[in-house]
Amino acid sequence: MNQPSDKLMSLKDAIERFVADRAHISIGGFTINRNPMAAVYEIIRQKKRNLHLYAHSNGQAVDELVGGGCVSRLEIAYAGSGRFAPTCIRFRKAVEQGRLQVEDYSNYQMTLRFMAGAMGVPFLPCRSGLATDIANTWGFPASLRQSDPKLPDHKLVVTENPFGTWCDTTKVVLVPAIVPDVTILHVQEADSHGLVRIEGLTFADIEQAKAARRLIVTCEKLVETGRLKQRPDANQLPPFCVDAVVHVPWGAYPTACYRHYDYDPVFLNRYKQEAAGDESYRQYLEDWIFSHKDHKAMMDSIDKDRLASITADGRTGYASGLERR
Amino acid sequence: MPDYTLKEMMAIAAAREIKDGDIVFCGTGISMLAAMAAKHISAPDSTIFFETGAIDSLLEEVPLAVADPRVMYYTAVNGSLADAFAFMQNRRTGAHVVGIMGAAQIDPYGNLNSTVIGDYHHPRVRFSGSGGACDVASFVDRTIIFMQQQKRKFVPRLDYLTSPGWLGGDDSRTAAGLAAGGPAAVITNMAVFRFDDKTRRMYLDAVYPGIDPRQVLDQMGFEVDTDRAQTFQPPTKRELEILRTECDPQRLILG
Repeated sequence: MNQPSDKLMSLKDAIERFVADRAHISIGGFTINRNPMAAVYEIIRQKKRNLHLYAHSNGQAVDELVGGGCVSRLEIAYAGSGRFAPTCIRFRKAVEQGRLQVEDYSNYQMTLRFMAGAMGVPFLPCRSGLATDIANTWGFPASLRQSDPKLPDHKLVVTENPFGTWCDTTKVVLVPAIVPDVTILHVQEADSHGLVRIEGLTFADIEQAKAARRLIVTCEKLVETGRLKQRPDANQLPPFCVDAVVHVPWGAYPTACYRHYDYDPVFLNRYKQEAAGDESYRQYLEDWIFSHKDHKAMMDSIDKDRLASITADGRTGYASGLERR
Repeated sequence: MPDYTLKEMMAIAAAREIKDGDIVFCGTGISMLAAMAAKHISAPDSTIFFETGAIDSLLEEVPLAVADPRVMYYTAVNGSLADAFAFMQNRRTGAHVVGIMGAAQIDPYGNLNSTVIGDYHHPRVRFSGSGGACDVASFVDRTIIFMQQQKRKFVPRLDYLTSPGWLGGDDSRTAAGLAAGGPAAVITNMAVFRFDDKTRRMYLDAVYPGIDPRQVLDQMGFEVDTDRAQTFQPPTKRELEILRTECDPQRLILG
Protein backbone atom coordinates (compact mmCIF):
# COMPACT_ATOMS: atom_id res chain seq x y z
CA MET A 1 0.00 0.00 0.00
CA ASN A 2 1.27 3.51 -0.78
CA GLN A 3 2.27 5.56 2.23
CA PRO A 4 1.81 9.34 2.34
CA SER A 5 5.04 11.26 2.00
CA ASP A 6 7.38 11.56 4.93
CA LYS A 7 8.01 15.18 5.93
CA LEU A 8 10.45 14.52 8.69
CA MET A 9 13.57 16.69 8.50
CA SER A 10 16.08 18.47 10.69
CA LEU A 11 15.28 21.93 11.98
CA LYS A 12 18.32 23.30 10.18
CA ASP A 13 16.99 21.96 6.88
CA ALA A 14 13.45 23.13 7.50
CA ILE A 15 14.53 26.72 8.23
CA GLU A 16 17.03 26.78 5.34
CA ARG A 17 14.40 25.51 2.97
CA PHE A 18 11.28 27.45 4.00
CA VAL A 19 12.43 30.69 5.66
CA ALA A 20 14.13 33.06 3.20
CA ASP A 21 15.38 36.56 3.94
CA ARG A 22 12.44 38.99 3.57
CA ALA A 23 9.92 36.19 4.03
CA HIS A 24 6.58 36.98 5.64
CA ILE A 25 6.35 34.63 8.58
CA SER A 26 3.95 33.94 11.43
CA ILE A 27 4.65 32.11 14.65
CA GLY A 28 2.27 30.29 16.94
CA GLY A 29 1.88 30.29 20.70
CA PHE A 30 0.98 33.08 23.10
CA THR A 31 3.22 35.20 25.40
CA ILE A 32 5.03 32.53 27.46
CA ASN A 33 3.34 29.43 26.13
CA ARG A 34 4.17 27.11 23.22
CA ASN A 35 6.27 29.64 21.30
CA PRO A 36 8.25 27.73 18.64
CA MET A 37 11.49 28.67 20.37
CA ALA A 38 13.77 26.01 18.87
CA ALA A 39 12.81 27.25 15.40
CA VAL A 40 13.26 30.87 16.50
CA TYR A 41 16.77 30.10 17.75
CA GLU A 42 17.60 28.34 14.48
CA ILE A 43 16.37 31.37 12.50
CA ILE A 44 18.64 33.58 14.61
CA ARG A 45 21.54 31.15 14.18
CA GLN A 46 21.10 31.17 10.40
CA LYS A 47 21.07 35.00 10.52
CA LYS A 48 17.86 35.44 8.55
CA ARG A 49 17.25 39.11 7.86
CA ASN A 50 14.42 41.55 7.09
CA LEU A 51 11.65 39.16 8.01
CA HIS A 52 8.10 40.52 8.02
CA LEU A 53 6.59 39.03 11.15
CA TYR A 54 2.91 38.51 12.00
CA ALA A 55 1.82 37.69 15.53
CA HIS A 56 -1.22 38.27 17.72
CA SER A 57 -0.04 38.24 21.34
CA ASN A 58 3.44 36.88 21.32
CA GLY A 59 6.14 37.32 23.88
CA GLN A 60 9.42 35.51 24.01
CA ALA A 61 9.61 34.46 20.35
CA VAL A 62 8.91 37.96 19.06
CA ASP A 63 11.42 39.48 21.44
CA GLU A 64 14.19 37.09 20.51
CA LEU A 65 13.58 37.36 16.75
CA VAL A 66 13.64 41.16 17.05
CA GLY A 67 16.64 41.07 19.39
CA GLY A 68 18.45 38.69 17.04
CA GLY A 69 18.19 41.29 14.27
CA CYS A 70 15.98 39.11 12.06
CA VAL A 71 12.87 41.30 11.81
CA SER A 72 12.39 44.62 10.05
CA ARG A 73 8.58 44.80 10.04
CA LEU A 74 6.07 43.58 12.57
CA GLU A 75 2.27 43.39 12.59
CA ILE A 76 1.12 42.64 16.08
CA ALA A 77 -1.54 43.08 18.76
CA TYR A 78 0.59 42.62 21.85
CA ALA A 79 4.26 42.13 22.63
CA GLY A 80 4.74 41.02 26.22
CA SER A 81 5.75 38.07 28.36
CA GLY A 82 3.35 38.37 31.26
CA ARG A 83 4.89 39.31 34.56
CA PHE A 84 8.39 38.56 33.26
CA ALA A 85 8.26 41.42 30.73
CA PRO A 86 4.98 43.38 30.57
CA THR A 87 6.39 44.89 27.38
CA CYS A 88 8.90 42.80 25.43
CA ILE A 89 12.30 44.32 26.09
CA ARG A 90 14.23 44.12 22.81
CA PHE A 91 11.01 44.90 20.93
CA ARG A 92 10.56 48.06 22.98
CA LYS A 93 14.14 49.18 22.37
CA ALA A 94 13.93 48.49 18.65
CA VAL A 95 10.72 50.52 18.28
CA GLU A 96 11.97 53.41 20.40
CA GLN A 97 15.21 53.51 18.41
CA GLY A 98 13.35 53.42 15.09
CA ARG A 99 14.84 50.10 14.01
CA LEU A 100 11.54 48.28 13.66
CA GLN A 101 8.43 49.26 11.72
CA VAL A 102 5.30 48.26 13.60
CA GLU A 103 1.67 48.16 12.73
CA ASP A 104 -0.77 47.68 15.63
CA TYR A 105 -3.99 45.72 15.58
CA SER A 106 -6.16 44.22 18.31
CA ASN A 107 -5.97 40.57 19.19
CA TYR A 108 -9.34 39.74 17.69
CA GLN A 109 -8.47 41.62 14.52
CA MET A 110 -5.25 39.61 14.14
CA THR A 111 -7.18 36.39 14.78
CA LEU A 112 -9.74 37.32 12.13
CA ARG A 113 -6.97 38.25 9.71
CA PHE A 114 -5.45 34.79 10.03
CA MET A 115 -8.92 33.28 9.78
CA ALA A 116 -9.58 35.21 6.57
CA GLY A 117 -6.33 33.84 5.18
CA ALA A 118 -7.37 30.34 6.21
CA MET A 119 -10.79 30.80 4.58
CA GLY A 120 -9.39 32.26 1.39
CA VAL A 121 -11.43 35.47 1.66
CA PRO A 122 -9.83 38.94 1.33
CA PHE A 123 -11.12 40.29 4.66
CA LEU A 124 -13.46 39.68 7.58
CA PRO A 125 -15.64 42.21 9.40
CA CYS A 126 -15.68 42.95 13.10
CA ARG A 127 -16.96 45.64 15.46
CA SER A 128 -13.65 46.14 17.20
CA GLY A 129 -11.60 49.33 17.10
CA LEU A 130 -14.13 51.87 15.76
CA ALA A 131 -13.01 55.44 16.57
CA THR A 132 -9.61 54.30 17.87
CA ASP A 133 -6.07 54.97 16.66
CA ILE A 134 -5.86 51.31 15.73
CA ALA A 135 -8.36 52.20 12.99
CA ASN A 136 -7.10 55.73 12.32
CA THR A 137 -3.31 55.49 12.49
CA TRP A 138 -1.32 53.39 10.06
CA GLY A 139 2.07 51.97 10.95
CA PHE A 140 3.13 51.31 7.37
CA PRO A 141 2.85 54.23 4.94
CA ALA A 142 0.79 53.87 1.77
CA SER A 143 3.99 53.95 -0.31
CA LEU A 144 5.34 50.86 1.47
CA ARG A 145 2.03 49.07 0.97
CA GLN A 146 2.06 49.82 -2.74
CA SER A 147 5.67 48.73 -3.16
CA ASP A 148 5.15 45.32 -1.54
CA PRO A 149 2.72 43.04 -3.35
CA LYS A 150 2.43 40.94 -0.20
CA LEU A 151 0.74 43.85 1.62
CA PRO A 152 -2.84 45.06 1.09
CA ASP A 153 -3.33 48.71 0.08
CA HIS A 154 -5.07 49.57 3.36
CA LYS A 155 -4.36 48.76 6.98
CA LEU A 156 -8.10 48.24 7.44
CA VAL A 157 -11.33 49.77 6.20
CA VAL A 158 -14.17 51.23 8.29
CA THR A 159 -17.47 51.15 6.46
CA GLU A 160 -21.24 51.31 6.91
CA ASN A 161 -22.93 47.98 7.55
CA PRO A 162 -23.93 46.94 3.99
CA PHE A 163 -26.95 45.18 5.52
CA GLY A 164 -28.35 48.41 6.95
CA THR A 165 -28.72 48.11 10.71
CA TRP A 166 -28.96 44.31 10.67
CA CYS A 167 -27.77 42.92 14.03
CA ASP A 168 -28.02 46.43 15.53
CA THR A 169 -24.77 47.31 13.85
CA THR A 170 -24.24 50.54 11.93
CA LYS A 171 -20.52 50.37 11.15
CA VAL A 172 -18.01 47.59 10.67
CA VAL A 173 -14.24 47.36 10.55
CA LEU A 174 -12.94 45.20 7.70
CA VAL A 175 -9.57 43.64 8.44
CA PRO A 176 -7.47 42.22 5.58
CA ALA A 177 -6.44 38.57 5.31
CA ILE A 178 -2.91 37.52 6.19
CA VAL A 179 -1.26 34.95 3.96
CA PRO A 180 2.17 34.27 5.46
CA ASP A 181 4.87 32.65 3.34
CA VAL A 182 5.42 30.33 6.24
CA THR A 183 3.90 29.66 9.66
CA ILE A 184 5.86 27.89 12.38
CA LEU A 185 4.15 26.05 15.25
CA HIS A 186 5.38 24.00 18.15
CA VAL A 187 2.91 21.26 19.11
CA GLN A 188 2.72 18.39 21.56
CA GLU A 189 2.41 15.53 19.06
CA ALA A 190 2.73 14.88 15.35
CA ASP A 191 3.45 11.97 13.07
CA SER A 192 6.02 12.04 10.29
CA HIS A 193 3.38 12.85 7.66
CA GLY A 194 2.18 15.94 9.49
CA LEU A 195 -0.91 14.89 11.41
CA VAL A 196 -0.93 17.33 14.33
CA ARG A 197 -2.29 17.26 17.88
CA ILE A 198 -2.20 20.28 20.19
CA GLU A 199 -3.16 19.89 23.84
CA GLY A 200 -4.57 22.66 25.99
CA LEU A 201 -5.34 26.00 24.40
CA THR A 202 -4.76 26.24 20.66
CA PHE A 203 -4.69 30.11 20.69
CA ALA A 204 -4.86 31.13 16.99
CA ASP A 205 -2.44 28.41 15.86
CA ILE A 206 -4.96 26.60 13.69
CA GLU A 207 -5.93 29.74 11.77
CA GLN A 208 -2.26 30.72 11.42
CA ALA A 209 -1.41 27.27 10.11
CA LYS A 210 -4.20 27.15 7.56
CA ALA A 211 -3.53 30.70 6.32
CA ALA A 212 0.09 30.05 5.39
CA ARG A 213 1.59 28.95 2.09
CA ARG A 214 4.00 26.68 4.00
CA LEU A 215 3.84 25.20 7.47
CA ILE A 216 6.69 24.00 9.68
CA VAL A 217 5.65 21.97 12.70
CA THR A 218 8.07 21.19 15.50
CA CYS A 219 6.79 18.57 17.92
CA GLU A 220 7.51 17.50 21.46
CA LYS A 221 6.72 13.88 20.63
CA LEU A 222 6.94 12.18 17.27
CA VAL A 223 4.36 9.42 17.26
CA GLU A 224 3.84 6.41 15.06
CA THR A 225 1.63 6.76 12.03
CA GLY A 226 -1.87 5.72 12.88
CA ARG A 227 -1.69 6.32 16.59
CA LEU A 228 -3.18 9.81 16.46
CA LYS A 229 -6.01 8.48 14.28
CA GLN A 230 -7.24 6.39 17.17
CA ARG A 231 -8.58 9.63 18.72
CA PRO A 232 -9.27 11.82 15.70
CA ASP A 233 -11.35 14.42 17.58
CA ALA A 234 -8.23 15.41 19.53
CA ASN A 235 -6.32 16.29 16.33
CA GLN A 236 -6.28 19.71 14.71
CA LEU A 237 -4.39 19.68 11.42
CA PRO A 238 -4.36 17.11 8.62
CA PRO A 239 -1.08 16.18 6.94
CA PHE A 240 -1.85 18.06 3.73
CA CYS A 241 -1.43 21.37 5.60
CA VAL A 242 2.08 20.52 6.70
CA ASP A 243 5.38 20.84 4.81
CA ALA A 244 7.95 19.95 7.46
CA VAL A 245 7.79 17.91 10.65
CA VAL A 246 10.68 18.32 13.04
CA HIS A 247 11.04 16.34 16.23
CA VAL A 248 12.34 18.75 18.91
CA PRO A 249 11.92 17.78 22.56
CA TRP A 250 11.81 20.95 24.73
CA GLY A 251 11.09 22.81 21.48
CA ALA A 252 9.10 25.55 23.24
CA TYR A 253 11.67 26.09 26.02
CA PRO A 254 11.96 28.54 27.81
CA THR A 255 8.21 28.99 27.21
CA ALA A 256 5.74 26.37 28.42
CA CYS A 257 4.33 23.33 26.65
CA TYR A 258 1.16 22.16 28.39
CA ARG A 259 1.35 18.65 29.87
CA HIS A 260 5.09 18.54 29.13
CA TYR A 261 6.80 21.44 30.93
CA ASP A 262 6.23 24.84 32.46
CA TYR A 263 7.91 28.09 31.48
CA ASP A 264 11.32 28.50 33.12
CA PRO A 265 11.15 31.42 35.60
CA VAL A 266 14.92 31.28 36.15
CA PHE A 267 15.61 31.69 32.45
CA LEU A 268 12.97 34.39 31.94
CA ASN A 269 14.11 36.43 34.94
CA ARG A 270 17.70 36.27 33.76
CA TYR A 271 16.67 37.12 30.22
CA LYS A 272 14.98 40.23 31.54
CA GLN A 273 18.29 41.42 32.95
CA GLU A 274 20.40 40.39 29.98
CA ALA A 275 18.02 41.95 27.47
CA ALA A 276 18.12 45.28 29.30
CA GLY A 277 21.57 46.25 27.98
CA ASP A 278 22.93 46.08 24.43
CA GLU A 279 26.28 44.63 25.48
CA SER A 280 24.78 42.06 27.84
CA TYR A 281 22.35 41.08 25.10
CA ARG A 282 25.16 40.55 22.60
CA GLN A 283 26.79 38.30 25.16
CA TYR A 284 23.49 36.46 25.68
CA LEU A 285 23.13 35.83 21.95
CA GLU A 286 26.67 34.49 21.81
CA ASP A 287 26.49 32.31 24.89
CA TRP A 288 22.98 30.94 24.55
CA ILE A 289 22.36 30.81 20.80
CA PHE A 290 25.47 31.04 18.61
CA SER A 291 27.73 28.90 20.75
CA HIS A 292 25.34 25.93 20.55
CA LYS A 293 24.93 24.13 17.26
CA ASP A 294 21.32 23.12 17.82
CA HIS A 295 18.50 22.96 20.33
CA LYS A 296 19.67 19.68 21.78
CA ALA A 297 23.05 21.20 22.59
CA MET A 298 21.28 24.18 24.19
CA MET A 299 19.14 21.94 26.35
CA ASP A 300 22.12 19.73 27.28
CA SER A 301 23.77 22.85 28.71
CA ILE A 302 21.00 23.35 31.25
CA ASP A 303 21.15 21.86 34.69
CA LYS A 304 19.09 18.67 34.85
CA ASP A 305 17.57 19.55 38.21
CA ARG A 306 16.27 22.79 36.76
CA LEU A 307 14.60 20.96 33.90
CA ALA A 308 13.15 18.49 36.40
CA SER A 309 11.72 21.40 38.39
CA ILE A 310 9.73 22.69 35.41
CA THR A 311 8.54 19.28 34.21
CA ALA A 312 4.74 19.18 34.21
CA ASP A 313 2.95 16.95 36.66
CA GLY A 314 0.37 14.55 35.31
CA ARG A 315 -2.49 15.98 37.34
CA THR A 316 -2.37 19.67 36.37
CA GLY A 317 -0.30 19.76 33.18
CA TYR A 318 2.07 22.32 34.68
CA ALA A 319 4.79 22.20 37.38
CA SER A 320 2.69 22.80 40.47
CA GLY A 321 4.53 24.40 43.36
CA LEU A 322 7.24 25.75 41.03
CA GLU A 323 9.14 28.71 42.52
CA ARG A 324 8.13 31.52 40.17
CA ARG A 325 9.30 34.69 41.90
CA MET B 1 -9.55 48.27 61.19
CA PRO B 2 -7.36 45.56 59.66
CA ASP B 3 -4.06 46.46 58.03
CA TYR B 4 -4.01 46.16 54.30
CA THR B 5 -1.88 47.26 51.38
CA LEU B 6 -3.12 49.51 48.59
CA LYS B 7 -2.82 46.62 46.15
CA GLU B 8 -5.10 44.58 48.37
CA MET B 9 -7.54 47.48 48.56
CA MET B 10 -7.58 47.79 44.75
CA ALA B 11 -8.14 44.08 44.23
CA ILE B 12 -11.04 44.07 46.70
CA ALA B 13 -12.53 47.25 45.22
CA ALA B 14 -12.64 45.62 41.79
CA ALA B 15 -13.87 42.32 43.19
CA ARG B 16 -16.87 44.12 44.70
CA GLU B 17 -17.90 45.24 41.21
CA ILE B 18 -18.36 41.65 40.10
CA LYS B 19 -21.76 39.99 40.55
CA ASP B 20 -23.12 36.48 40.26
CA GLY B 21 -23.85 35.68 36.64
CA ASP B 22 -21.05 37.89 35.36
CA ILE B 23 -18.63 36.45 32.85
CA VAL B 24 -15.34 38.06 33.77
CA PHE B 25 -12.71 38.81 31.18
CA CYS B 26 -9.44 39.56 32.88
CA GLY B 27 -5.83 40.15 32.03
CA THR B 28 -2.81 39.34 34.12
CA GLY B 29 -1.75 40.72 37.47
CA ILE B 30 -4.14 42.50 39.74
CA SER B 31 -7.14 42.15 37.41
CA MET B 32 -6.83 38.37 37.56
CA LEU B 33 -6.57 38.56 41.33
CA ALA B 34 -9.71 40.69 41.53
CA ALA B 35 -11.64 38.15 39.47
CA MET B 36 -10.36 35.30 41.64
CA ALA B 37 -11.26 37.21 44.81
CA ALA B 38 -14.80 37.92 43.60
CA LYS B 39 -15.34 34.26 42.85
CA HIS B 40 -14.15 33.25 46.31
CA ILE B 41 -15.91 36.02 48.23
CA SER B 42 -19.12 37.40 46.79
CA ALA B 43 -19.79 36.02 43.31
CA PRO B 44 -19.30 32.23 43.33
CA ASP B 45 -21.53 32.02 40.28
CA SER B 46 -19.32 34.29 38.19
CA THR B 47 -17.15 32.76 35.50
CA ILE B 48 -13.57 33.78 34.77
CA PHE B 49 -12.48 33.55 31.18
CA PHE B 50 -9.36 34.55 29.34
CA GLU B 51 -8.86 35.91 25.85
CA THR B 52 -6.69 32.87 25.17
CA GLY B 53 -9.89 30.77 25.18
CA ALA B 54 -9.78 29.19 28.66
CA ILE B 55 -13.20 29.23 30.31
CA ASP B 56 -13.80 28.63 34.02
CA SER B 57 -10.28 27.48 34.86
CA LEU B 58 -9.58 26.03 38.28
CA LEU B 59 -6.90 28.51 39.35
CA GLU B 60 -5.03 26.57 42.00
CA GLU B 61 -2.05 28.85 41.44
CA VAL B 62 -1.89 32.44 40.18
CA PRO B 63 -1.23 32.54 36.43
CA LEU B 64 1.52 35.00 35.44
CA ALA B 65 0.14 35.48 31.93
CA VAL B 66 -3.20 34.78 30.28
CA ALA B 67 -1.47 31.97 28.37
CA ASP B 68 0.05 30.46 31.53
CA PRO B 69 -0.58 26.70 31.55
CA ARG B 70 -2.31 27.31 34.90
CA VAL B 71 -5.32 28.72 33.04
CA MET B 72 -5.69 25.46 31.09
CA TYR B 73 -6.26 23.24 34.11
CA TYR B 74 -9.72 21.88 34.88
CA THR B 75 -11.52 24.32 32.57
CA ALA B 76 -15.02 23.95 31.21
CA VAL B 77 -13.65 24.47 27.72
CA ASN B 78 -10.19 25.09 26.36
CA GLY B 79 -11.12 27.06 23.26
CA SER B 80 -9.26 29.53 21.08
CA LEU B 81 -8.90 33.27 20.64
CA ALA B 82 -11.66 33.26 18.03
CA ASP B 83 -14.03 31.68 20.58
CA ALA B 84 -13.09 34.00 23.41
CA PHE B 85 -13.66 37.21 21.48
CA ALA B 86 -16.87 35.90 19.94
CA PHE B 87 -18.28 35.44 23.46
CA MET B 88 -17.70 39.13 24.10
CA GLN B 89 -19.65 40.31 21.11
CA ASN B 90 -22.44 37.82 20.54
CA ARG B 91 -25.94 38.73 21.66
CA ARG B 92 -26.33 36.09 24.35
CA THR B 93 -23.11 36.33 26.31
CA GLY B 94 -21.79 39.78 25.40
CA ALA B 95 -24.18 41.57 27.77
CA HIS B 96 -22.91 39.51 30.74
CA VAL B 97 -19.23 40.08 30.16
CA VAL B 98 -17.33 42.38 32.49
CA GLY B 99 -13.90 43.40 31.27
CA ILE B 100 -11.14 44.27 33.71
CA MET B 101 -8.26 46.18 32.18
CA GLY B 102 -5.40 48.56 32.80
CA ALA B 103 -3.52 51.11 30.71
CA ALA B 104 -0.65 53.59 30.56
CA GLN B 105 -2.94 56.60 30.08
CA ILE B 106 -6.61 57.37 30.67
CA ASP B 107 -8.59 60.48 29.64
CA PRO B 108 -11.71 62.08 31.25
CA TYR B 109 -14.02 59.76 29.30
CA GLY B 110 -12.27 56.49 30.12
CA ASN B 111 -10.55 56.09 26.78
CA LEU B 112 -7.29 54.19 27.22
CA ASN B 113 -3.80 54.15 25.79
CA SER B 114 -1.66 51.04 26.13
CA THR B 115 0.43 51.53 23.00
CA VAL B 116 2.84 54.49 23.01
CA ILE B 117 3.87 57.68 24.79
CA GLY B 118 4.80 60.34 22.27
CA ASP B 119 4.35 60.15 18.52
CA TYR B 120 3.24 56.73 17.24
CA HIS B 121 5.96 56.62 14.61
CA HIS B 122 8.72 57.90 16.91
CA PRO B 123 7.54 56.98 20.40
CA ARG B 124 9.36 58.04 23.53
CA VAL B 125 8.02 54.92 25.22
CA ARG B 126 6.60 51.87 23.56
CA PHE B 127 4.21 49.57 25.46
CA SER B 128 2.88 46.12 24.68
CA GLY B 129 -0.07 47.31 22.60
CA SER B 130 -3.76 46.47 22.69
CA GLY B 131 -3.79 42.71 22.99
CA GLY B 132 -7.48 42.07 23.59
CA ALA B 133 -8.07 45.40 25.36
CA CYS B 134 -9.45 47.25 22.34
CA ASP B 135 -11.73 44.30 21.60
CA VAL B 136 -13.20 44.05 25.07
CA ALA B 137 -13.56 47.84 25.31
CA SER B 138 -15.37 47.88 21.97
CA PHE B 139 -17.81 45.08 22.70
CA VAL B 140 -18.83 44.60 26.30
CA ASP B 141 -21.38 46.38 28.46
CA ARG B 142 -19.19 47.07 31.46
CA THR B 143 -15.46 47.58 31.95
CA ILE B 144 -13.50 48.14 35.14
CA ILE B 145 -10.22 49.97 34.75
CA PHE B 146 -7.18 49.76 37.03
CA MET B 147 -4.86 52.77 37.05
CA GLN B 148 -2.03 54.18 39.13
CA GLN B 149 -3.06 57.63 40.38
CA GLN B 150 -0.45 59.79 38.62
CA LYS B 151 -0.65 63.05 36.71
CA ARG B 152 1.14 61.60 33.71
CA LYS B 153 -1.40 58.78 33.52
CA PHE B 154 -4.60 60.85 33.93
CA VAL B 155 -4.25 63.07 30.90
CA PRO B 156 -6.67 65.44 29.16
CA ARG B 157 -5.70 63.96 25.81
CA LEU B 158 -4.23 60.54 25.06
CA ASP B 159 -1.10 60.14 22.96
CA TYR B 160 -2.80 57.16 21.26
CA LEU B 161 -6.33 55.86 21.67
CA THR B 162 -5.98 52.08 21.98
CA SER B 163 -9.26 51.14 23.67
CA PRO B 164 -12.46 53.14 23.31
CA GLY B 165 -14.27 54.37 26.42
CA TRP B 166 -17.04 56.96 26.25
CA LEU B 167 -15.03 58.70 23.44
CA GLY B 168 -16.02 62.41 23.63
CA GLY B 169 -18.87 61.88 26.12
CA ASP B 170 -22.67 62.17 25.76
CA ASP B 171 -23.80 59.75 23.03
CA SER B 172 -20.58 59.84 20.98
CA ARG B 173 -19.83 56.19 21.74
CA THR B 174 -22.99 54.81 20.20
CA ALA B 175 -22.78 57.38 17.39
CA ALA B 176 -19.40 55.88 16.46
CA GLY B 177 -21.03 52.46 16.14
CA LEU B 178 -19.66 50.95 19.35
CA ALA B 179 -21.60 48.82 21.84
CA ALA B 180 -23.87 50.84 24.14
CA GLY B 181 -22.10 50.00 27.40
CA GLY B 182 -18.66 51.21 28.40
CA PRO B 183 -16.37 52.03 31.32
CA ALA B 184 -18.13 51.65 34.68
CA ALA B 185 -15.40 52.32 37.21
CA VAL B 186 -11.77 53.38 37.47
CA ILE B 187 -9.96 51.97 40.48
CA THR B 188 -6.67 53.52 41.54
CA ASN B 189 -4.35 53.35 44.53
CA MET B 190 -6.18 56.37 46.03
CA ALA B 191 -9.77 56.41 44.85
CA VAL B 192 -12.62 55.03 42.77
CA PHE B 193 -14.08 57.03 39.87
CA ARG B 194 -17.28 56.53 37.92
CA PHE B 195 -18.81 58.17 34.86
CA ASP B 196 -21.78 60.53 34.77
CA ASP B 197 -24.89 58.86 33.34
CA LYS B 198 -25.48 61.69 30.92
CA THR B 199 -22.23 63.48 30.10
CA ARG B 200 -20.15 60.30 30.53
CA ARG B 201 -17.38 62.34 32.09
CA MET B 202 -15.38 60.87 34.95
CA TYR B 203 -16.23 61.94 38.52
CA LEU B 204 -14.76 61.07 41.88
CA ASP B 205 -17.00 58.48 43.50
CA ALA B 206 -15.00 57.49 46.59
CA VAL B 207 -11.64 58.07 48.22
CA TYR B 208 -9.84 55.53 50.37
CA PRO B 209 -9.82 56.14 54.13
CA GLY B 210 -7.40 58.88 55.12
CA ILE B 211 -7.20 60.40 51.66
CA ASP B 212 -8.53 63.86 50.84
CA PRO B 213 -10.15 64.51 47.42
CA ARG B 214 -7.66 67.38 46.96
CA GLN B 215 -4.77 64.91 47.13
CA VAL B 216 -6.41 62.86 44.37
CA LEU B 217 -6.88 65.90 42.15
CA ASP B 218 -3.22 66.80 42.63
CA GLN B 219 -2.39 63.52 40.92
CA MET B 220 -4.52 64.21 37.85
CA GLY B 221 -3.95 66.13 34.64
CA PHE B 222 -7.60 67.20 34.45
CA GLU B 223 -10.37 68.34 36.78
CA VAL B 224 -13.19 66.08 37.88
CA ASP B 225 -16.31 66.64 39.95
CA THR B 226 -15.64 65.73 43.58
CA ASP B 227 -19.06 66.67 45.02
CA ARG B 228 -20.28 63.07 44.98
CA ALA B 229 -17.18 61.64 46.65
CA GLN B 230 -17.67 59.40 49.69
CA THR B 231 -15.20 57.47 51.79
CA PHE B 232 -14.60 53.99 50.48
CA GLN B 233 -15.48 51.05 52.69
CA PRO B 234 -12.11 49.41 53.47
CA PRO B 235 -11.60 45.67 52.96
CA THR B 236 -13.10 43.49 55.64
CA LYS B 237 -11.17 40.92 57.61
CA ARG B 238 -12.86 38.14 55.69
CA GLU B 239 -12.15 39.71 52.29
CA LEU B 240 -8.48 40.12 53.16
CA GLU B 241 -8.16 36.62 54.53
CA ILE B 242 -9.61 35.05 51.41
CA LEU B 243 -7.51 37.26 49.14
CA ARG B 244 -4.33 36.32 50.99
CA THR B 245 -4.88 32.64 51.66
CA GLU B 246 -7.05 31.49 48.74
CA CYS B 247 -6.03 33.76 45.88
CA ASP B 248 -2.35 34.65 46.16
CA PRO B 249 -0.71 32.79 49.04
CA GLN B 250 2.74 33.15 47.43
CA ARG B 251 2.10 36.91 47.05
CA LEU B 252 3.22 36.75 43.41
CA ILE B 253 0.96 39.67 42.55
CA LEU B 254 0.26 41.22 45.94
CA GLY B 255 4.02 41.60 46.42
